[in-house]
Amino acid sequence: MFTLIGVELFKIFRKWRTYIGFAAVTVLVLLIQTAIYFAKDTYVSSMTRGLDQAFMFTGNLLNGYLIAHLILGILVVHVPFLVTLVAGDLLAGEATAGTYRILLTRPVSRLKVLTAKYLAGVIYANLLVLWLAALSLGFGFILFGTGELIVMKSYIIVFAQNDIIWRFAIAYAFAGLSMTMVATLAFFFSSLVENSIGPIISTMAIIIVFVIITSIKISIFESISPWLFTSYMNAWSLPFDDPIEVDKAVKSAVILLAHIIGLFGITAFIFKRKDILS
Amino acid sequence: MDYEKIIEVEGLSKNFKSLKAVNNLNINVYPGDVFGFLGPNGAGKSTTIRMLMTLISPSGGNIKIFGKELNPNRAEILQKIGAIVEKPDFYGYLSAFKNLEILGKISGTQISKNRIMEVLELVSLDKRFNSKVKTFSFGMKQRLGLAQALLHNPELIILDEPTTGLDPQGMKEIRDLILFLSKEQGKTIFLSSHILHEVELVANRMIIINKGSVVVEGMVAELLNSASLKVTFEVDDLQKALAEIDITQWKKKLESVVKNKIIFQLEQEEISVLNKLLVEKGIGISAVVPARSLEEYFLNLTEKGGK
Repeated sequence: MFTLIGVELFKIFRKWRTYIGFAAVTVLVLLIQTAIYFAKDTYVSSMTRGLDQAFMFTGNLLNGYLIAHLILGILVVHVPFLVTLVAGDLLAGEATAGTYRILLTRPVSRLKVLTAKYLAGVIYANLLVLWLAALSLGFGFILFGTGELIVMKSYIIVFAQNDIIWRFAIAYAFAGLSMTMVATLAFFFSSLVENSIGPIISTMAIIIVFVIITSIKISIFESISPWLFTSYMNAWSLPFDDPIEVDKAVKSAVILLAHIIGLFGITAFIFKRKDILS
Repeated sequence: MDYEKIIEVEGLSKNFKSLKAVNNLNINVYPGDVFGFLGPNGAGKSTTIRMLMTLISPSGGNIKIFGKELNPNRAEILQKIGAIVEKPDFYGYLSAFKNLEILGKISGTQISKNRIMEVLELVSLDKRFNSKVKTFSFGMKQRLGLAQALLHNPELIILDEPTTGLDPQGMKEIRDLILFLSKEQGKTIFLSSHILHEVELVANRMIIINKGSVVVEGMVAELLNSASLKVTFEVDDLQKALAEIDITQWKKKLESVVKNKIIFQLEQEEISVLNKLLVEKGIGISAVVPARSLEEYFLNLTEKGGK
């Protein structure tokens, strides 16, 4: 199985489209950080507007942690598109290229081939999140240094410098789980068609529709929301609560995992019975 | 070897909704056979090969390869088969060498770099081993397809129209390679084609299918001997020859007349009889040229099978 995963990763990283995601994340993170760097004072004053009457802010408020937290909140919405570029092509790409015929006539079971492809896609999605983490925190520290992390919700929380990294680790783990969910959905659509454009568009359409349903506070939508995986994709922000709502975090992880396993199971069921006509 | 037949197909069928692509097909391929699998385009050849290679599942029937049921023993059986299924498609962004290397890895067999170069040399692609496949012509891809089929030294080689897209020299090289693999290495070869002549040159047994069903099967030599011949008699006195023919039953066998050549549609044993008659009547014959009408034979059979 490790050999098969290795082969699939080799194939993924020999394609141009694979690097679009990494390039896009790099450009976006650097762009945001550079823009904030040159507008430091304006940014800090707009962030603390209305609060400086009641509080006195000292120390390095605008630090690498704050920037990384900000970037995670912005990009976790957009990274799914980059994940689908590769995950949607994993199976459909073989059909388009006609290579199913040489791949699936090897003496290895279809389930093994499918699992290896899927795991390679999951590894890619999580590498993208890792890359986002490394760039956000790495360049954040270089440009802005370190300090306490201020998180503004309906209330303000200030995390001590030695109480932050583990929260980011959990947040990125949740982001990775969400991207795995997106990769699983794109992979599912990829098993149904013979062109990778379909899975990319279908996955994004579903995410957009689900996010809209989740964010509109109408009773009928509110009753549907708990059943939609997108309701749990913002679980990355839970570690930045105090105290952390552990039950909510566990529930989010379990529901995302259940979706992932269920959807992969359906994909495997379909793919094992699929007639290869391409 | 504890099996009599390499491939044993019984009552194989495949339906695509209302279309019967393959209908109650029976095939027997014996060890050492070069088995010709003939049929016009759309006859069901590739669908049958896809079923043999587990790419599609049959709607009915049974497939045994190496004496074992295909589906429960899929991996074990495919380990001993090399195949080209329809047109040869590869990962265009990888080199010929890398394509073969990863296919070897996926197969779970240890394929050495020397073996990869050996099969590339066999199909005359060794000098382009490092070129990306997207730069290859169709003919080169076809040869690479053959290389991947031979990579793991299989016992059974299934070739689906392997000469498509090749120039005459390339076609001859493939035919020579098939004969080499069969005669020198004892491989069993299942060769699908829509060109009767191609099968005649290399196969010992063949089956002709049309619209998913068997039209005829048997030894190639026997089947082709049963076909009538177009025989050209070159005569010195055309008018006298035509007058003699006109009053005999040979008139029914006359097909056409071109200059001093009279062309008949004859069975093999009729040639000498007609020749004797013409000579006895004092007609000089400078040449008798028999030519088997392969394409007509093939077309007649497939048309009959289609009705």
